Amino acid sequence: MEELALHILDVAENSVRAGARRVEIRVHEDPAEDRLRLEIADDGCGMSEEVARRAADPFFTTRRDRQVGLGLALLEQAARAAGGCLRIESAPGAGTRVTAEFRYGHPDRQPLGDIAATLLALAAGHPETEFLYEHCTPGSVTRFGTAELRQELGTVPLNSAAGIRLLRQRLEKALGAAQAAQGGEVRHGAGHD
Amino acid sequence: MPKLKIEDLARIRDQARRSTLLREGAGRVKIIVHLGTCGIAAGGRNIMAAVLRELEERNLEDVLVSTSGCAGLCSREPMMTVEVLGQAPVKYVDLTEGKVREIFAEHIVGGRIAERYALAVGSERAM
Repeated sequence: MEELALHILDVAENSVRAGARRVEIRVHEDPAEDRLRLEIADDGCGMSEEVARRAADPFFTTRRDRQVGLGLALLEQAARAAGGCLRIESAPGAGTRVTAEFRYGHPDRQPLGDIAATLLALAAGHPETEFLYEHCTPGSVTRFGTAELRQELGTVPLNSAAGIRLLRQRLEKALGAAQAAQGGEVRHGAGHD
Repeated sequence: MPKLKIEDLARIRDQARRSTLLREGAGRVKIIVHLGTCGIAAGGRNIMAAVLRELEERNLEDVLVSTSGCAGLCSREPMMTVEVLGQAPVKYVDLTEGKVREIFAEHIVGGRIAERYALAVGSERAM
């Protein structure tokens, strides 16, 4: 995994598999405090204290068909490599919140990457789940949600050609506006920003 | 109003059938892109993007896309499964964006399995 947007995709896919109907993804950039925070919160089935404590252990998984679970382990490794940490808050029936913190200016901090591609994959791949994305940078907040799109499409699924077309248009509008507000700098898909 | 021919009726029936299937969330074809940690690390998101582009560009209204987790063949990722209504699912492995385009042309539109990229024909769990 070479960009944070891929970790976000991985964690959010886990949220859906945990039965989440709503997944909130937040990215908070604070260069002045030398901090970048990712947060993925869901309303899925949640984990017991024991499972949450071991969730970032690569040799621990709740699956029965194999003995490894690398997703959160890789995110924790990425956070630690950039002077940060990973926190997992969860309880059975109360959902899960995964928070990864990074030193913003650390040379080993992975770039945010192509967040639009991640959101497109999530929203089209799971039309029944509501996704909310919020990206805060100094002086701007970008928000994108799928709830309104689903309403607008009515009986047409978000994972059909018509749904994907609308989804792509709205993503470009939301993320493009954020880019313009930041002086045209390519924030999504850029290197260390 | 011109008289309807048998072919017109067949076309209307097919359109109605596709539209009904779509509303019911079934579709003529279901594509499942494997997005477990291994699939994502191997480039699964690019495969998903290629699938979505093909759907849009070809305006395939009776094809739905979904994702699943690791299928246990991490070394053959990126993978996707194509399920055509009434037929056994086909698992495609070691995918690239170019292979996705070929699979769309041959299997999803043309109806012939792209055997050179297929690992197996068999069951698939969507979630």
